[in-house]
Amino acid sequence: MNPKPLEGVRVIDLCVVWAGPFATMLMGDLGAEIIKPENPFVFQPMTRGAMARPPQMLVSASIAWAGGLPNNEVGARPWDYNPTFVSLYRNKKSFTVDLRRPEGLEVLKRLVAESDVVYENNATGTMEGLGITYDWLKEANPKIIFVRVPAYGSDGPYARARALGVHLEAVMGHSLLRGYPDADPSSNTAIYSGDYLAGAQGAFAVMTALWHRDRTGEGQLIEIAQAENAACMFTQAIMDYSLNGNVQGAIANRDVNGRAPFGVYPTLSPGTPATSDDRWIAIGIEDDAQWQAFGAAIGHPDWADETRFATNAGRLEHHDELDQLITGYTATQDDYELMHSLQAVGVSATPVLEASRMFTDPQLREREFFKTQTQRASGTFEYVGPLWQFGETPVEFSQPPVMFGEHNDYVYREILKLSDAEYETLKAGGHIADEYDASVP
Amino acid sequence: MQALDNVRILDLTHHIAGPYATKLFADFGADVIKIEKPGGDVARSLGPFQGGAADPERSGTFFYLNCNKRSVVLDLKSAEGRAALGELAKTADVVVESFAPGTLDALGIGYEYFKAMKPGLPVVSISNFGQNGPYRDYKLTDLTLYAFAGEMYSMGETDREPIKMAGTAALFESGAAAAVGIMGALFSSKRHGIGQHVDVSLAETHFGGVDRRHATAIAFQFSGRKTIRVASHGGGMPQGIYPCADGYVDFTNAGLRPDRVAEMLNHADWLNDERYSDPVQRMNPAVIEEWNGNFIGWCIERTKREIWTEARRAKVMCGPMFTMEDLFTDEAFRNRGFWSKVEHPALGEVTVPGRPFQMQNGGWEMRRAAPLLGQHTAEVLSEVGLSPAAISAASGGVA
Repeated sequence: MNPKPLEGVRVIDLCVVWAGPFATMLMGDLGAEIIKPENPFVFQPMTRGAMARPPQMLVSASIAWAGGLPNNEVGARPWDYNPTFVSLYRNKKSFTVDLRRPEGLEVLKRLVAESDVVYENNATGTMEGLGITYDWLKEANPKIIFVRVPAYGSDGPYARARALGVHLEAVMGHSLLRGYPDADPSSNTAIYSGDYLAGAQGAFAVMTALWHRDRTGEGQLIEIAQAENAACMFTQAIMDYSLNGNVQGAIANRDVNGRAPFGVYPTLSPGTPATSDDRWIAIGIEDDAQWQAFGAAIGHPDWADETRFATNAGRLEHHDELDQLITGYTATQDDYELMHSLQAVGVSATPVLEASRMFTDPQLREREFFKTQTQRASGTFEYVGPLWQFGETPVEFSQPPVMFGEHNDYVYREILKLSDAEYETLKAGGHIADEYDASVP
Repeated sequence: MQALDNVRILDLTHHIAGPYATKLFADFGADVIKIEKPGGDVARSLGPFQGGAADPERSGTFFYLNCNKRSVVLDLKSAEGRAALGELAKTADVVVESFAPGTLDALGIGYEYFKAMKPGLPVVSISNFGQNGPYRDYKLTDLTLYAFAGEMYSMGETDREPIKMAGTAALFESGAAAAVGIMGALFSSKRHGIGQHVDVSLAETHFGGVDRRHATAIAFQFSGRKTIRVASHGGGMPQGIYPCADGYVDFTNAGLRPDRVAEMLNHADWLNDERYSDPVQRMNPAVIEEWNGNFIGWCIERTKREIWTEARRAKVMCGPMFTMEDLFTDEAFRNRGFWSKVEHPALGEVTVPGRPFQMQNGGWEMRRAAPLLGQHTAEVLSEVGLSPAAISAASGGVA
């Protein structure tokens, strides 16, 4: 079998939440060995769930993506199967160590000597508090690549600000740009798209630094200020201010480039939003020819042939009215059938796909996108697949979502080559465990 | 030196996602040869335009995406244009393209062509739904991409239509994912001697991506539960977006740290109230509503920057909702060197966001502004030995 692109690269994953783990997941998909040190005495919120041992009520009351555990039960090892965790921890290994104690730090240092990359995205100051700095890492391995992902960078007045993706997107302008134009911004849903950007670019940054190290032999420190990193997503708004001093506002589903109509319209639905059974179709008409094709595809209703809608300028001027007319048509249509009939004439239209429906989508099935994984703690399920298809080095999910401490033997005995006596001492000290200490809520 | 200054990318991408992927390489030193058709990349027709009027050399979107690249006009429908492409391919480390699937094969310049031209040359193809399957020829815009493959369904108010992210954020996310795929192709080639075709489906970069879709999908598999669409205001203590004296602030009480929130509010006494400190009582809607009533009163007396200062002091997760004016005038971002300025023949001095991340060695540089259409046609094609006549023929007579 061909070696994977990053085969032979070892990454220590000191990450939390999403932005860091997404980066290391991408590297793991490309064949790097990702090793996550975890502390049996410290639970990192929003990484393996909200709490190590959440009350059933908390799980049941949480939105599905945060609380949808197997069979809706907390079970014996909730930290192993939180939805936000499992989807980011394939192709990774986990071992346990308490980094707050000197012998724990020594373990990490020995692992750093055998590794290429250390990646962390903790709140600023967390690593320093443990004594983990770039200088300390370099003592163990002069060629180490150390990636840090502070929210706003390591200097300046915001350096110690606590933030998730949703907060830095507020600062970068996204939250005021993505709502309904006629609604109070507080109607926004919390989203975390900045974690996507920082994660993908974090993987890119590591590979750039590895490329540099291959050429020069030098390791280095990389800083991804996550807010700055997210800026690219709002290019149109940033450049409009830069070039014209224009402050853009929220336009919901309308097109930032002024093409019309662009919108999301109701279709036949098996139920209501209360049970996530409402259905919608997104349609974007990019030019006059597409508008003609759209009119033909939906059977030439009188309004579609009106001359005032023949040009983009006309459609833009009457966008609200067009939305009503289009809704009158789509409301009686099946979303998938309408996609197929509009796409057949070259119009970009897709259902607004509620997540459960992706598993029956013919395109994803034809491309064998999903991967079945079996984890001992939770069972066998289908997971979403990789971000790219490589012809000669296909992405494989060779390690299912990693259980807490699953690779203690591998890391301590095979990589660090601890004697039985050393292993037993660390185990007696609580460093080596396969679950969180009973004191951790 | 820059880390990637020994990499040459033959860039056959256009619009937003592909050019964003190759921009990242250009920013870290790669020689990105941007092939444009005689009329230019369609992104040149995308606003915002300086002054408002459409002009292919005044598009802010094109400018941001194409700094540090060189522009070469080739007419790939002509034999001369394809011959020039072949010469460029011989000098490239990777080819990246974003044509509709089948387009390059029909012109005789698909993966097999590049493989023949330079054995082991990787080719990365970026398309809407991938190179095969029933939707292979379907169209996507940023709107439909996020609707279908991203987590649009659960974004917005319960009783209204789902809504998208701003601008073309979903396409930028896909571009960043594609850049990692291109890197994978380069590492396979340089470290392991494996050339290959990489198929990047924009849809799959979202179906497989982060920001809730990864979790909504497996949550359904696990539990049969679906993620409802719901605004996030007022659902915790604090949780979501609150009005303040001059705008809005966004809060999350992650980690259930009522102590930090009390510290921020200078209300240590609230910790003595079981309703505010007990994890289960804190989920009671009546308690939440009462607490939020008090909290909004605190917010409304302060500006967003004042509130953020208090939140930072107490380590509470908070983000003031900035406008672009707030961001451009923010001293902390400016002092950190976030902004970059570069001179452009048509636009004058332009301010753009600079480095996506900072490297100690071999990192980001702004080497040149976005190219004028065909600015480097003669320069690049003469580097690979084409005569002036051949250059003119290859570019459809525009060079």
